[in-house]
Amino acid sequence: MMTRVLTLLAALLVFAMPAAAQTGGPLRIEITEGVIEPLPFANPDFVAENAAAAELARQIARVVSEDLTGTGLFREIPASAFISQITSFNSPVQFSDWRAINAQALISGAVSVGGDGSVSVKFRLYDVFAGQELGDGLQFNGTQAGWRRIAHKVADAVYSRITGEGGYFDSRVVYVAEAGTKDDRRKRLAIMDYDGANVQYLTDSNAIVLAPRFSPNGDRILYTSYESGFPRIYVMDVASVGRRALPTLEGDMSFAPRFAPDGNTVVYSLTTGGNTDIYRMDITSGAATRLTSTPAIETAPSFSPDGSRIVFESDRSGSQQLYIMGANGGEPQRISFGQGRYGTPVWSPRGDLIAFTKQSKGRFHIGVMRTDGSEERLLTASFLDEGPTWSPNGRVIMFTRETQGATGSASLYSVDISGRNLKQIRTEGGASDPAWSPLQR
Amino acid sequence: MTLFTRGIILASVLALAACTNPDRFDSAGAGGAGGAGGAGGIGAPGSASDPRSPLYFQQTIGDRVLFQVDQSSITPEYQTVLDGQAQWLMTNTDYVAIIEGHADEQGTREYNLALGARRANAVQEYLVSRGVAPNRLRVISYGKERPIELCSDEACYSQNRRAVTVISAGLSS
Repeated sequence: MMTRVLTLLAALLVFAMPAAAQTGGPLRIEITEGVIEPLPFANPDFVAENAAAAELARQIARVVSEDLTGTGLFREIPASAFISQITSFNSPVQFSDWRAINAQALISGAVSVGGDGSVSVKFRLYDVFAGQELGDGLQFNGTQAGWRRIAHKVADAVYSRITGEGGYFDSRVVYVAEAGTKDDRRKRLAIMDYDGANVQYLTDSNAIVLAPRFSPNGDRILYTSYESGFPRIYVMDVASVGRRALPTLEGDMSFAPRFAPDGNTVVYSLTTGGNTDIYRMDITSGAATRLTSTPAIETAPSFSPDGSRIVFESDRSGSQQLYIMGANGGEPQRISFGQGRYGTPVWSPRGDLIAFTKQSKGRFHIGVMRTDGSEERLLTASFLDEGPTWSPNGRVIMFTRETQGATGSASLYSVDISGRNLKQIRTEGGASDPAWSPLQR
Repeated sequence: MTLFTRGIILASVLALAACTNPDRFDSAGAGGAGGAGGAGGIGAPGSASDPRSPLYFQQTIGDRVLFQVDQSSITPEYQTVLDGQAQWLMTNTDYVAIIEGHADEQGTREYNLALGARRANAVQEYLVSRGVAPNRLRVISYGKERPIELCSDEACYSQNRRAVTVISAGLSS
């Protein structure tokens, strides 16, 4: 009996996941370092189980395919190559027809729309060469308006089953939407799906807004706004768009806020008398504690996922470098020692890596390093790249890229943590300062 | 005069007005102050040659200090400018000032906010050391959010690394 093990060396991850995580069915992408051939899959239009579902059945399958191919790890076989069609969700699959076109994975799905506008989507994933299902069939229920989320959930399940990693497609990004020239730039807060769909504007452009960040469960956003005339930190409820300013003293400037994993503590920068230090605040009580006290600039704090440590940047050595301190402050340890300046550190949701912006020899880079500063890798290079944010599974980084000159403008890009699959995220107009949400529930 | 030529003249007047205010983001503050000034003086009241006018402060004394890359120290050249600012503020006690700190685009956003604050603070401290009451001065940083020159060369960067003293008529309280 011949077993065929599909091995695909995918390039998503440099810091290879532990071998134990690579177990699973015969169909798998081993995510290790190395050049890869994307895994070919077939994803016929989903079966419409009633007339009202016809359009959605096609659209949902398309979004599932876009999610998968967008990772750079999968390649879709065009429908024109198909030998057999899937006309019923429960009919047996003719594996030989899919093997003949070298589809290693086959996705089949069915959509029905209820009289109340509810949507139900079923899907199955097949390992074509093993001639069996990979995992059990799953069903997701939702609303017609939320059809893209259902598609992302299907794609997340497929991605997870094949890579052994958590998914990231059913997620959102909050960012700063930009319009106007460099000397007349108007900024407003916006939120969208991770792929650029479903944009919603959260503020008007009357005041500068900067660097939003999600709460750990995605229900709130911290950001900096000049709406009072001075930079202050605000917390916004995503559902109601209601906002309030965090308490600050007259004459002080507060910015660079990020949530702790507890969702109630915020670390941020406070500038008083020209000196910028890091503080933490209980946002329920408003009680603030100072965590650093040097004449240097300390900013861009980011909590470790377990909440025990904070990585931040400081120019106490004479130039911007990265440091880690305890959640309550104390003597920090410097972790960046390469040539150039390091800023905007962001701790990976997996805890293993820190993403940062590096400036060296007039260029900007997005990079990652281990939490002890070792194994630094630069993933990008351009005139101005800055402000990394992690996908919920810690495998992809989104950031701002700005072009140079009088007509320069900002847009969002993503890259995987091996430096592959660099691509622009489509947005209406300019965009900067992305922050990725956790996976939605 | 045809409508067309009138349009041209109007356009040139507007362009001139824009030129007299090199920092267009400061126009609201300085422009608002312009209406309040102009009591006495040598030149036409309110003009740049009237030593009591905000325009005199902005253009004749100089409303801004430029900085070296990553620096917030004030060079002797700009100490002279700030000496003039301090003297003007102590003479014209009806005015208060906001000192706006800025950075060029070569830097990360939040670091540049902090750097702009350092620069604005350096100007504030200098003015206070020359006798201006601290409660008449306020600082704000715009980081790299408000460049006045747009090219991505040192020629523009050097103009954007600045701290601008924006005066306005003081509060009555």
